[in-house]
Amino acid sequence: MFKNVLIRFCLFFLLLMCQSTFAATTLVAVAANFSKPMSEIAAGFEKATGHSANLSFGSTGKFVSQIENGGPFEILLAADEKSPEKLIKDGYAVSGSQFIYAMGKLVLWSATAGYVDEKGEILSSGNFKHLALADPKLAPYGAAAIEVLNDLKLQDKLQPLIVQSENIAQAYQFISTGNAELGFVALSQVFENGKIINGSAWIVPAQLHAPIKQAAVLLNNGIENPAATELLVYLKSAPALEVIKKYGYYLAQ
Amino acid sequence: MLSSADLDTLLLTFKVAAIATTIMLLIGTPLAWWLSRTNSSLKGVINAIVALPLVLPPTVLGFYLLVLMGPTGIIGQFTQWLGIGTLSFTFYGLVLGSVLYSMPFVVQPLQSSFAMISKQSLEAAATLRASPLDSFFTVVMPLAKPGFITAAILGFTHTVGEFGVVMMIGGNIPNKTRVVSVQIYNHVEALEYADAHWLAGCLLLFSFTVLLVLYTQIKTSPMAQPFK
Repeated sequence: MFKNVLIRFCLFFLLLMCQSTFAATTLVAVAANFSKPMSEIAAGFEKATGHSANLSFGSTGKFVSQIENGGPFEILLAADEKSPEKLIKDGYAVSGSQFIYAMGKLVLWSATAGYVDEKGEILSSGNFKHLALADPKLAPYGAAAIEVLNDLKLQDKLQPLIVQSENIAQAYQFISTGNAELGFVALSQVFENGKIINGSAWIVPAQLHAPIKQAAVLLNNGIENPAATELLVYLKSAPALEVIKKYGYYLAQ
Repeated sequence: MLSSADLDTLLLTFKVAAIATTIMLLIGTPLAWWLSRTNSSLKGVINAIVALPLVLPPTVLGFYLLVLMGPTGIIGQFTQWLGIGTLSFTFYGLVLGSVLYSMPFVVQPLQSSFAMISKQSLEAAATLRASPLDSFFTVVMPLAKPGFITAAILGFTHTVGEFGVVMMIGGNIPNKTRVVSVQIYNHVEALEYADAHWLAGCLLLFSFTVLLVLYTQIKTSPMAQPFK
């Protein structure tokens, strides 16, 4: 009886050891706007390959400084195209590994239902106290928001009402707590299965700002890690693209 | 070199810190006095609440403040009722956040120096017909002077170094809520390392000088310097 249990125990541990030899873990830096879809994609990736992905969310700018100063990340999913290119140029990322995984959509959003009209005319009324957006210097979605205000010739009028956050997740926080009546966020933050989850929104027409091309890149730390290289492959697979589309991104092609 | 935008953030930071320190001394003095003399069963609770910001991550404090100061939060409802709107993204919102955040650094040194003032000296003052208020200003304040200096300096410098709370409730508005710590962080994130170095260097020099003066020039009993 006892021997039986012992054997089972040994077999169980052997099994665990097999797992750990073949399954690897990769550390991924993910731009804040892509946190929801990436969590879902990572879960699918684990199921499909047995590898796992540890996700770290934040602003692209912060990740670039961390990577250039020895950050342990193996993949960067940036909110722009520039940052991966810069990392390759500076020798921190693998040349040729970069590709556009999603094209972002900008949305003017309020937590209050019926507050933002479908054409975004509330912007020109200026009838609010705070307009939240991510710092245009640090976050591509913030830069796109400023472009939109410029295109609508509202920049000068609305400048005093703008409150800036460090990244797009924080802009969402300002708005969802009601501290800012409305603001620009990524559609993925307020969108699921074809509709706005709560509040009211105007999906900004793509011609009002340069396309937000979000690129992924393999970092030097990840070259040897099969989990890292396979995750980049999985990101282009049909199940992953399905998730990306579900959260309101355009696909690259 | 420092740009004019960087200088603005330094000035604004010192302004927030000066106002917050004044408020903290005004509130902290009676509070510390009460805490040092009372036998009330509430003492433990109040002590714990005052010390909370020492333990909590500033982002927790900032997040609660953001929620409470919003239009549906308790503070937000109150300030709207007063007719001054909500405090988030304003200068006085930052001052409020700083007061809560740095309060333990003011109350604790005051409390320790008050605790060391003997009952006898107060009784002696009373026999000379000094009212309690009189003896507070003529006996307690001179005796606790090192405690006041320590409290003011620690309160001020800790507010200058504040980051997490401002990040959550500030909104990065030039001349209103863009303080030096946020500016340094943004320089680093934008990979403007040279600007970040200049500003960070200034802050480092300032903090070191102030603390050096505090720990070498001012003669205090060890009890009044809880962080020594």
